[in-house]
Amino acid sequence: MKPLPESRPRLAPGCRLNERSSPTRMLLMPERVLRLNGPSLEIIERCDGQHTVQQIIADLQAVYSKADPPRVEHDILEYLGQLQEQRALDFE
Amino acid sequence: MTIASIPTPLALVAELTHRCPLHCVYCSNPLELARREKELSTEVWARVFQEAASLGALQVDFTGGEPLARPDLRDLIRSARTAGLYASLITSGLPLDENRLQELADAGLDHVQLSFQGPREESSIEFAGVQAHAQKKRVADWVKQRRIALTLNFVIHRGNLDQLDEMLSLTEALGPARVEFAHVQYYGWAFANLQRLLPTREQLGRSLEILKNAQQRLRGRIRVEYVVPDYYAKYPKACMGGWGRKVLLISPTGDVLPCHAAGILPGMTFENVQARPLRKIWEESDAFQRFRGEDWMPEPCRTCDRRAQDFGGCRCQAFLLAKDMTVTDPVCSLSPQRNLVDAILEEVNDAASKSVAPRVDWVYRPNPGKS
Repeated sequence: MKPLPESRPRLAPGCRLNERSSPTRMLLMPERVLRLNGPSLEIIERCDGQHTVQQIIADLQAVYSKADPPRVEHDILEYLGQLQEQRALDFE
Repeated sequence: MTIASIPTPLALVAELTHRCPLHCVYCSNPLELARREKELSTEVWARVFQEAASLGALQVDFTGGEPLARPDLRDLIRSARTAGLYASLITSGLPLDENRLQELADAGLDHVQLSFQGPREESSIEFAGVQAHAQKKRVADWVKQRRIALTLNFVIHRGNLDQLDEMLSLTEALGPARVEFAHVQYYGWAFANLQRLLPTREQLGRSLEILKNAQQRLRGRIRVEYVVPDYYAKYPKACMGGWGRKVLLISPTGDVLPCHAAGILPGMTFENVQARPLRKIWEESDAFQRFRGEDWMPEPCRTCDRRAQDFGGCRCQAFLLAKDMTVTDPVCSLSPQRNLVDAILEEVNDAASKSVAPRVDWVYRPNPGKS
């Protein structure tokens, strides 16, 4: 399942980040909790229905400028696809 | 066992009340239901949510009975959210109107799991003893309109397993993000009705094929989840993710249990949140320590490679089937008592093949709110 570059991912109803103050950032959703590391948190924070997939890729390529850009793109698309299968994301 | 090996709970199951407008023949509540006057107060629950969160719990499932029977549900949701917990409501959807749902949404309700007895109004009437189906469909729409996560939960068994296609059509029409096809678990009221509820082998085979296909077809749109009833499985389920490992359940009166059914286990006493802090109960109480880890395990579990996967299966099932809560779950193909389960399966499949089985009366669960 591959998201389209122009689509705008947004957290699905009932999926939300836990409090900013907690030591581990997590995505809370029905019957599931996803622990987030640096890059996955950077991605999720941009799933706001405003950023397009393309913009998220460009942002992350800038943040992780030492990483191989095609690799970053590949990983983001895969991650977004997995989140969609979990029904944690809607694409607008 | 040392304190260092005590796990962190993931979820608190808050059984708010045993009152319920439904009378499901497979209800997971104990056969002896708690009365309204004995239920925990709003304030005690609020303290319990704080205690659960500081123990590390992330989620609270409001269940019952029917949690909507508590007039203070809105306040309970708010205090759970204040404690930092993710709030799920597990409900039949009645009695509920749009205004009340809006109040619950405003209080921070994250997720609604709406139970269905089958695809038709007749299913509610037969299996829950009440007309509820049309209302459930309305509730599904109201929940979606408010951007609350929606899960449909179909409780499946012999009496409705052949209607799976219809249930899937209804699911697609209602469009939740997630649907669960939950086989009845044979405890409490369901154990009393087991002969009528356990599906036949043939039925189960057909249903698994339908569900696998649906999972593929709806991928990315609706998450389809199901579990094989473990009487037909080769290995037992990891009941509650392991005893005292992931989940703690608090009864309407404040007793803290490792699962819904543990109250049936002989000689077990459960401590109460009104008498002792939750952390102490979770970490130290006899009930939670009794089957935690591997020290209690008999053979064949003790030396089995799967012991860290299924934790010896279910203690309540061992007690119900083998009359001994300390043995390997008899549904396990490696259990010396597997013959007990096979005998039940044989009886069920035989009777079904002879068709025209006499109509047995259901044992309906009563409502303790009414005398």
